[in-house]
Amino acid sequence: MSDVKFTEEHEWVALDGDIGTVGITDYAQDQLGDVVYVELPAVGAEFTKGEQAAVVESVKAASEIYAPVSGAVVEVNPALSDNPALVNESAMTDGWFFKLRIQEPSEFDELMDETAYATFVEDLD
Amino acid sequence: MRYLPLTETDRAAMLNAIGVSSIDDLFDDVPESARLERLIDLPLHAGEMEVERDLAAMASRNTAAGSVPSFLGAGAYRHHIPATVDHLIQRSEFLTSYTPYQPEVSQGTLQYLFEFQTQVATITGMDVANASMYDGATSCAEAVLMACRVTKRHGAILSGGLHPHYSDVTRTMTRFGGFDVQVQPPDLNGDETLESSIAGTTACVVVQYPSCFGHISDLRPLAAACHQAGALLIVVVTEIVALGALTAPGDLGADIVVGEGQSLGNALNFGGPYLGLFAARNEHVRQMPGRLCGETTDVEGRRGYVLTLSTREQHIRREKATSNICTNSGLCALAFCIHLSLLGGEGFARLAKLNHGNAVLLAEQLSDIPAVEIVNDTFFNEFTVRLPQPAAAVVRALAAKKILAGVPVSRLFPGVASVDNLLLVATTECTVQGSRDALVAGLRGELQ
Amino acid sequence: MTGRGDTATGNRGLNLIEPLIFEQGQPGRSGVDLPDAPTVKDRLGACKRSEPIDLPGLAEPQVIRHFVRISRNNYSIDANMYPLGSCTMKHNPRLNEKIARLPGFADVHPLQPVETVQGALELIDMLARWIKALTGMPAVAMSPGAGAHGELCGIMAVRAALEDRGDPRKRVLVPDSAHGTNPATAALCNYAVDSVPSDARGRIDLAALKNKLDTDVAAIMLTNPNTCGLFETDILEIADAVHAVGGFFYCDGANFNALVGRVRPGDLGIDTMHMNLHKTFSTPHGGGGPGAGPVVFSEALAPYAPVPWVVHGDEGFELVEEDAGKAFGRMKAFHGQMGMFVRAMAYMKSHGADGLRQVAEDSVLAANYLLAELEDILPPSYPGPCMHEVLFDDNVLNDSGVTTLDLAKAMIDEGYHPMTIYFPLIVHGAMLTEPTETESKESLDQFVATMRALVERAKAGDIQSFHDAPRFAPTRRLDETGAARQPILRWGGGYAKDAAE
Repeated sequence: MSDVKFTEEHEWVALDGDIGTVGITDYAQDQLGDVVYVELPAVGAEFTKGEQAAVVESVKAASEIYAPVSGAVVEVNPALSDNPALVNESAMTDGWFFKLRIQEPSEFDELMDETAYATFVEDLD
Repeated sequence: MRYLPLTETDRAAMLNAIGVSSIDDLFDDVPESARLERLIDLPLHAGEMEVERDLAAMASRNTAAGSVPSFLGAGAYRHHIPATVDHLIQRSEFLTSYTPYQPEVSQGTLQYLFEFQTQVATITGMDVANASMYDGATSCAEAVLMACRVTKRHGAILSGGLHPHYSDVTRTMTRFGGFDVQVQPPDLNGDETLESSIAGTTACVVVQYPSCFGHISDLRPLAAACHQAGALLIVVVTEIVALGALTAPGDLGADIVVGEGQSLGNALNFGGPYLGLFAARNEHVRQMPGRLCGETTDVEGRRGYVLTLSTREQHIRREKATSNICTNSGLCALAFCIHLSLLGGEGFARLAKLNHGNAVLLAEQLSDIPAVEIVNDTFFNEFTVRLPQPAAAVVRALAAKKILAGVPVSRLFPGVASVDNLLLVATTECTVQGSRDALVAGLRGELQ
Repeated sequence: MTGRGDTATGNRGLNLIEPLIFEQGQPGRSGVDLPDAPTVKDRLGACKRSEPIDLPGLAEPQVIRHFVRISRNNYSIDANMYPLGSCTMKHNPRLNEKIARLPGFADVHPLQPVETVQGALELIDMLARWIKALTGMPAVAMSPGAGAHGELCGIMAVRAALEDRGDPRKRVLVPDSAHGTNPATAALCNYAVDSVPSDARGRIDLAALKNKLDTDVAAIMLTNPNTCGLFETDILEIADAVHAVGGFFYCDGANFNALVGRVRPGDLGIDTMHMNLHKTFSTPHGGGGPGAGPVVFSEALAPYAPVPWVVHGDEGFELVEEDAGKAFGRMKAFHGQMGMFVRAMAYMKSHGADGLRQVAEDSVLAANYLLAELEDILPPSYPGPCMHEVLFDDNVLNDSGVTTLDLAKAMIDEGYHPMTIYFPLIVHGAMLTEPTETESKESLDQFVATMRALVERAKAGDIQSFHDAPRFAPTRRLDETGAARQPILRWGGGYAKDAAE
């Protein structure tokens, strides 16, 4: 059973053991519009928390995606290359970006939980 | 003034609507010290007649290349442009239209860009081409920057057969980016071996095809050596008509092909505006600079075209863009597209054959002159001639006799004494026997 | 291209469907008659081409028909106003085209001996003198190929000057309202881009700017008037502050149309500025290019200007193509966009000092007229007066269900190219509108009436017609998402998605 937390940059990370699956939230994909391309990191790449890890592109914009926690990339979503629309259709599940082997579990604990993120988003609008 | 439709009555009415009494009120934000009370010290307005008279007088103080025997090349070539081309590019809808950011009212521009991209990709043997850049030299520089992005390396090796303006522009544009750009010494005979210079930090090797001196190398071994080392091969074509007679660089292993498209559709224009060509492989398309036109459909299923993959570009990606380029060479690309549409594949090959044939004839005639040596084994429509004395003085003397004999290599490589006696001579389909005879006679007269 | 159905052909009156040239060619056809090549033993070597070239053959009538038909699918300034902010879409005089085509200008090779091109060098020299006089600057580099190229030239000179001092520095300050070429240019010169916010008046926030100014700032890049169409009122103070920390002031000259003949940027304290000859000086946009971007320099930066340049010696004009001094390098092959120089020179001589001053006045008058005539129904983003362009946003559309994009597409049905939309980024749903001085009052009034009608229609809730727009253009709205997801960038080849990407 994985625990999901959120960042202020609208990334989510679902932790299962020491593997964190990262994606962008439904709010983010809605703001972005139709996703046309996702630039994913290489497997093996290492990121510290807050470092740019990926880029998600719509027709008119490109948004940086930051590693919500520090870790090394163990897997990237193979489906996004042919079907970037997955990010719009199932941002929270099938539209995941990459999986990290995390280094510092406390970083995960510091993130917002679902309720806190929902409040955060409400305050934005 | 004929271009300004507003009358004094109009201006008064508009000032009234705005609610100010004078135009000066609308310039209130300008600091007082910077407000010009008087006209700038320049001539006053002039009618068409006067402007035409003055500028035509200036034009008459130039020797038009077509009015005399002319053998100039070195990156710009005098070809015959069919009358159709200039008429079509002067249509209002082509000449005075803007960049096609609103595609529904720009399908004319977008369609010809799509055709242009296809033509460039086809003749270079590559997967994809962009919608043009400023010129061949800046395309070359952009290709090096792209290769560095793709390979994540910072080294570039520039062949000694690359046009010096191209290597200078490449060095300039990479100057502050922490790149290591090595320019090889001038490679007169095509003897250089670049393979041994390729290192683990080499992002790309840049060669010109045919070279600046005219010779044509088989690029396959170099391509293999580059790929073996994880580097990209960039091939530069300064005379695009050569691709009508030579194997496409893409088929020799090029990873990026750049070049100058001026030869098709575009006049010499004393050096600009010209037409930068840029072609690459599908796998690298997202690292390409410049505009890209793509096919799509509208909401009724109709085929149409749009600028696409725009997230590479400055207006979206800003400091992370693949380039800062905005404006391209649209109208020059249209001229190229029209000219190549008129030629077709068979016509393009015939044009190239005619160019080469004329060059071979000229080389034969020139080699009959004692003490004149043709340096090249291979060439397309341009080759290097070794004279027994400095070429620059010979060229000036012949210019005074109304013969434009070619480009002294010393003009391209100033300060390199070993090239002083070398002359670059180009011919095209425009060169007639009388011109060849004039050049030969002129040279005989000038050479001791 | 594409038609509307209803007819057997799919054509609609003068609107004719026109396929690609690749869908029409035939072997054995060509639109060019060439003499036979001489029979020679070729000297092409191992790379002689063996494969035919896969391009279609068409005869001349077919080629003309093809391009004439597709041209009809284009909007153009010759047909109607382009209210595009930041682009200065003014009339393109045909005299300029005629003069540019004189053989003495068009049929001249860049590497002819200088004795044979004295008139060409004279023209470049004359244009340079006019540019220096109009800007109040002592030096100009003529070679950059367009505005962005000119920006690069300016910032490279700055970096070269600072490196010469032994102090390259690391940052360039750019307002958040800047055109994307500004930060892209700074990045190319290996500068970090530091964005400065704009204030409530639509100008750069002076306090924020001063806060960021330190001896690590190489330059500020400012557009004036700025991209909101407003004169940067603090500009003298900004120039002083930048110079006080030893930095340089780059000015983006895209909006020079508002100032020409009335204000010299040199009097505002700038160190370098690019001109867009294809904006202020009427050279045609040609569907996207070519342009030309000469760059003026202060005394401090002049030594670093790139080759080549024209000098006037005792024996006439000379071209300096190689510099033993501090030139930072070369921007382009050969000498610059001569064809655009000729056009700009014809334009400048036609207007003269008096006409050019009138250009600035009429362009500012026209924009303020639009502001005044629209403000009750479409208020500007910032209180007026504006300069040569006026910025609106989508506030007025807030509860209508109509976006700036929808409004733009509806303008197309009304016969107008939309204004610049979604730029600058600092207001929501921006609509930057620049009429230029070559619009008649009747044309401006018609534009006003159209905008009023559209805004009223949007506020009245006629959402569907906006979402459906455009209905009368050669195509309806195009699927840009699909074009980016599955790029097809050429005929025939397509784009097979590479597994590696």
